[in-house]
Amino acid sequence: MSAVRAWLLVDVPRSRWQARCQRFFLAWLAFRQNAGAVAGLVIIAALVAVALLAPWIAGSTGVAPDLGNRLQPPGPVFWFGTDELGRDIFDRIVWGSRITLYIVGLVTLIVVPIGLAVGVVAGYVGGWLDSTLMRLTDVFLAFPRLILALAFVAALGPGLENAVLAIALTAWSPYARIARAEALTLRHSDFIVAARSQGIPHHRVLAGHVAPMCMSSVIVRLTLDMAGIILTAAGLGFLGLGAQPPTPEWGAMIALGRDYLLDQWWVPAFPGLAILVVSLGFNLLGDGLRDVLDPKSRS
Amino acid sequence: MSRVVRLVAAMWCVVALGLVRAAAAPPDDIFVMAKDVGDVITLDPAEVFEFTAGEIVANVYDRLMMFEPEHPGQIAGGVAESYAISDDGRTIVFRIRDGLRFHSGNPVRPEDVEFSLERVVKLNRTPAFIVTQFGWNADNVEDLIQVVDARHLRIEVTEGLSPGLVLNALSAGVASVVDRELVLAHAADGDLGHAWLKTHSAGSGAFRLGKWKANEYIALEANPHYPHGAPAMRRVFLQHVPEPSAQRLLLERGDVDMARNLTPDQIEALAGHDDLAVDSYPKGAIVYLAANAAHPVLGNSTVVQALRHAIDYQGMADSFLAGQFAVHQAFWPAGLWAGDASTPYELDIKKARSLLEDAGLEPFDVRIDTLTSSPFPQIAQSLQATFAQAGIHSRIVMQDGRTLWPRYRARKHELIIARWSPDYMDPHSNADAFARNPDNRPEAGLAGVLAWRNAWASEDINAMTIEARDTRDLDAREQMYLELQRRLQTEGPYAIMFQQIDQVVRRRHVKGFVSGVNFDHVYYRMVTK
Amino acid sequence: MPEGRTGSQLDRNRNSLLVLAPRRIAGTALSLVLTFAGLTAVTFAIARVMPADPVLAIVGDRAHQDVYDAVYRELGLDQPIFVQYLRYLGQLFEGDLGVSIMTAQPVLHDLLRFFPATLELATVATLLGVLVGVPLGVLAAVRQGRWLDHLIRTVGLFGYSVPVFWLGMLALFVLYAKLGWVAGPGRIDIFFDGMVEPVTGLILVDSALAREWEIFRNALGHLVLPAGILGIHSLAYLARMTRHFMLEQLGQEYILAARVKGVPERTVIWRHAFRNVLVQLITIVGLTYASLLEGSVLTETVFAWPGIGQYITSSLFNNDMNAVLGGTIVVGVCFVGINMGSDLLYRLVDPRAR
Repeated sequence: MSAVRAWLLVDVPRSRWQARCQRFFLAWLAFRQNAGAVAGLVIIAALVAVALLAPWIAGSTGVAPDLGNRLQPPGPVFWFGTDELGRDIFDRIVWGSRITLYIVGLVTLIVVPIGLAVGVVAGYVGGWLDSTLMRLTDVFLAFPRLILALAFVAALGPGLENAVLAIALTAWSPYARIARAEALTLRHSDFIVAARSQGIPHHRVLAGHVAPMCMSSVIVRLTLDMAGIILTAAGLGFLGLGAQPPTPEWGAMIALGRDYLLDQWWVPAFPGLAILVVSLGFNLLGDGLRDVLDPKSRS
Repeated sequence: MSRVVRLVAAMWCVVALGLVRAAAAPPDDIFVMAKDVGDVITLDPAEVFEFTAGEIVANVYDRLMMFEPEHPGQIAGGVAESYAISDDGRTIVFRIRDGLRFHSGNPVRPEDVEFSLERVVKLNRTPAFIVTQFGWNADNVEDLIQVVDARHLRIEVTEGLSPGLVLNALSAGVASVVDRELVLAHAADGDLGHAWLKTHSAGSGAFRLGKWKANEYIALEANPHYPHGAPAMRRVFLQHVPEPSAQRLLLERGDVDMARNLTPDQIEALAGHDDLAVDSYPKGAIVYLAANAAHPVLGNSTVVQALRHAIDYQGMADSFLAGQFAVHQAFWPAGLWAGDASTPYELDIKKARSLLEDAGLEPFDVRIDTLTSSPFPQIAQSLQATFAQAGIHSRIVMQDGRTLWPRYRARKHELIIARWSPDYMDPHSNADAFARNPDNRPEAGLAGVLAWRNAWASEDINAMTIEARDTRDLDAREQMYLELQRRLQTEGPYAIMFQQIDQVVRRRHVKGFVSGVNFDHVYYRMVTK
Repeated sequence: MPEGRTGSQLDRNRNSLLVLAPRRIAGTALSLVLTFAGLTAVTFAIARVMPADPVLAIVGDRAHQDVYDAVYRELGLDQPIFVQYLRYLGQLFEGDLGVSIMTAQPVLHDLLRFFPATLELATVATLLGVLVGVPLGVLAAVRQGRWLDHLIRTVGLFGYSVPVFWLGMLALFVLYAKLGWVAGPGRIDIFFDGMVEPVTGLILVDSALAREWEIFRNALGHLVLPAGILGIHSLAYLARMTRHFMLEQLGQEYILAARVKGVPERTVIWRHAFRNVLVQLITIVGLTYASLLEGSVLTETVFAWPGIGQYITSSLFNNDMNAVLGGTIVVGVCFVGINMGSDLLYRLVDPRAR
C-alpha cells in the first residue's frame, strides 16, 4: 500500500502513465479534504445503491393500488405513508431512483458533448464559424424551452425516453454559450499560444487545452441544472408526455400529489424531499469536482 | 463590506414593505368565485360548448325555454310565455313575453328570437346540431321560422320529432335570445356579429358581461331591470385559479366567497370548518370506458362484458371519488325523467375470467387512453390493477384533451376512459351519441357520435332510437329509453361507470347559489351574502 | 484592470470598436433576421408535428364533420404549410400577429397584457438575485472556508435544489393562509382591476404614476411572494457563480501583486477582482433574466399569475399557433436582445474578449 502511495506521490514521475495516475490521486486527495463534496458523493453513491438494490429494499412493486389503505400517514408499516391510491410511497421512491438515474445519465451524456463542442469551436476558431454556430445556439436559446421540448416529444412520441431526449436537445445551448465565453477569453492566452507555437494542431489544442479549461464552468452549470432537469422531466410527465402512470417517477409523483399538500403533506413531500436530497448531492459533488478539476482555482 | 450590508438591508426593506398585506375580503355586493376558467374560448351563445362559458351564457341570456333557478328540475317558458303545438306536432307557435328588455334597452321581440335561431343555423358551429336536427339548414331556415305578429313566432320541424324533444332542445344554450339590433351593429364581413359576440354580450338575462380577461377573470354586472328582480350581487367575478390548493387557501382566508374545483379529499378535510359549507348537486355528466369494436379482440362483445365485471366501481366511488362521483351504469343520468338507476355490474374477477375463457382468449395486452386531469389517471390505474387480476395486461397513456380527441375521433384508440355530458335535457341527446350509428363505414366520418367512434353499430338499436325519438306518448317514450339503456348495458361497446356530483364549497353566509342537472344550469341571480 | 495592460492599448481597442460599428450593426441586423426567420420557421414546423388539433380546440370534441371542415378551411389549414408561413410573414410585416383561438382577442392585445405581468415578476426577481446574490457571492469568496462562506453556500444550495413549485405552495400556505403577511394568488385583488390607466402594463409602475398608493401596496403584496420564490432561485445561482468567479480571480498573480504593493483590501476586491468577474457575471445574469422572461409556467400556475408562460403553454396545448408564434417572437426578442446587450457590455468591459 505504502509502496503504491510512494509511487503515486513521487516528485518526478517516470512515465506518462505514472503522471496521469499521480494527477488523479492528487485530485482524490484534494477531493477528500472537501467535506461537502464527499457528502455529495455519498448521496449519489447511495442513490446508485438504492437503484441497484431496489427489488430487495422495496416491499412491493409500488404500482398496484390498494384502495383500503389510501392516504395513510407515515408510520411503522408505511414509513413514508401511502398515496391517493394506497401505494407505499417509500417503495415508490425506491423504485423511482432508477428512473432518476436514467434521466440524469442520459441528459448528461447528450448535453455536455454537444454544448462543449459547439461552444469551444465557436469561441476558439471565431469568424464566420463562430457567427453561424452562435446563431444556431441563439435560435435554440431564444426558443421557449418547454415548447421546444414539447415539439420534440410530439415528433418522437410520448414516453420517458423521448421526454429525456427532448430535454437534452433543448438544454445544450447555454453550455455552448458558457463554453464559448471561456474559449473567447482563453484563445489568446499565453499557454495556448505556446502550445500552438510548439506545433500542436488545432484540434488537439481544442481537445487537450481549451476544452478542459471550460469543463469547470460546464460542470458547475450541469450540477446546478440537474434539479431543473428532473423537474422538467416531471413537468412533461404531468402534461402526459413523459413517464406514464403508474411509473413511480418522482416529479410526476409531486405533480399528481400536489393537491394533497395541505392535508396529506407526505404525498408530495417525500418525493419532493427525494428530489431535494439528490439535487443537493449533485450540487455538492459538482462543487467538489470543480475545485479538483479546475486548474485555475486550485491554490 | 459596509456597502454590501447596506445594499442587503435596503433590499429587505423593500420586501418588508410588501409584507404589509393590503388585501381584503370582497365587498358585500360583490360575489367572487375561484374556478378554473381556462376552458372559455368564446362567449357567443351560437358557438359556446364548454362548461364555464355555458354557465356564463346561462346567466347573461334568457332562452326561449328555460330551467329557472327557482325550479331547476322543471322546463318552463323563458322568453316564450306560452306555446301551442299543432296536431301533427310539427308546428309550434310561441307567444313572446311582454315587456322584456335587453341590457341595451331594446325590447325583446319575435324578430330577435327569429334572428337568434337563424343565426345559429347559418353560423353552423358545434352546438348547431341541436336545432339542425329539426331538419333546419341554411337554405330553409328562413322559411321554417316565421314572425307571426308583434307577439308571436312560429317554428316548423320537418322531421317527425316528439314535441317534448323539440321544447327540450329549445332550452339549450343555442336558444339564447340575442339583441338583433345591437349584434347587427357590430357585424363585420357578414359574420352576423360572431367575432364581436365572442367577447361581448347582447342579452336580456340577469347579468351582462362586464369583462372577460382570459387567464385572469370573467366579470358580470347585474341587470337592475331583470323581471324576476335585480340580483342582490352588483358584480360577480369568476377568478381564474387553476390550482385546487390555491382555491382552498383563498376560500379559507375569505378572499373569495366560493371555490368550485376542490378535490374530494380536500372537501373531506374542510368538513369541520366553522365558516365554510359544502353543497352537492347531482350533474348529468357521465364517466365511461369505451372499447373500440374495430380492435380484433375488443370487437368481441364477450370481452367487453368481461371488462364490465373487472371494474371496482364501488371501491373507487368510496375512496378517491367519494362525494363527487356515484356509481352509475346507464347512458342517461339517474334522477331525471327516463333515467335508469340500476347497477347490474360489480367487481367480479371470477366472472370476468370465465367470460374470457368462454371467448377462448389467451391473456392479451391493451392500451388505455385517458385524460391527464384528475380523476382520470386514478381511475385508469384502478382499472389497470383489476384488469390485471382478470388476466388483461394494460398500458396507460394519458394526454391532454386536445391531443386525445383527434385520436378518439379517428378511431385510433383501443380502450378509452372519457366523460360525456348531455347537450340538452332530453334522453335523445345521449341516445343519439351512445346508441345510434347510422353509417359505420370509416369514411362516413360521424366523429361526433360515440357509437361511430367505437366502430359499433346495430340496425336494431338504430331503429329503436329513432322510434323513441318520435314517440309522442310520454310513458311509452320513457319505457323505450329504459329498454334502450338496458340493451346497451350488455350489447354496447361501453362500460358506463359513474355519474358526476358537483361539489362547491362556500363561505357559510353566502346563500342562493343554484346548480341544476345540466352543465350550464348554474345560476347566480339568487345569491346573497 | 489586469496587470500589463496600458492605457493606450485600451484606447486603441475602444477606437476600433467605434470604427467597426457600422459593419457590426449590419452584421447584427442580418443575424437578427436569420434568427427570427429560424424561430418562426421552427414554430411552424412544430405546428405540423403537434398532435393537438387547433380545429378541435375551437369546435370541441363532439363537432360533426361538416362543422370541423368549415373551421379547418376558415383557419387556412387547407393551404400548404409554406403558403401559410408566407401568409403569416406577410401579416407580420404589417404588424398583424393574428387572432388567438383561446382568448378570441388579437394576439398583440394578449401579449401586451401577459408580457408585462411576466416582465414585472422577472425584473423584481432578477433584481433580488443581483442585489443580494452577487454581494453574498463576493462575501463568501472573500471569507472562503470560514463559517460565513459555509452558511452562504449551504443556503444557496438549498435554494437551488428545492423544487420551486413545492416551495411556492408551502410559502403560500404559511405566509398567506396562516400568517396573512402577503396577499394571495393573483396579480391584484380583482375588484381593484381596471382602476388605474394601463400605461406600461406594469401595475406597480402604473399605480405609482397614478399615485394610487393603495393599489400599489395591494399589487406589491401580491408580487412579493412569487417574485421572492423566483428570486431565491436566481439568488442562489448568482451567489454561487459569483463566488466561483471571484475565487478564480483572487487566486491570480495580479491580486497578489496588488496586495503586496499595499493596495487596500476593499480596492483589491472591488476595483481589481470584481471588475474582472463582471464579464462572466454579465453573461450569467443575462441568461438568468432571459430565462425568467420566458415565463415560469409552474410558478405562474401556483400563484394564478397571468403571465406569458401560462399563455404560451395553454396555447401550445390547443395548437393555437398565432398565439404561440406571437409569444415565441416576444420571448425570442428578449433573449436575443439581452444576449446582444451582454455581448456588447462585456466587449466594453473586457478588452480580452475582442
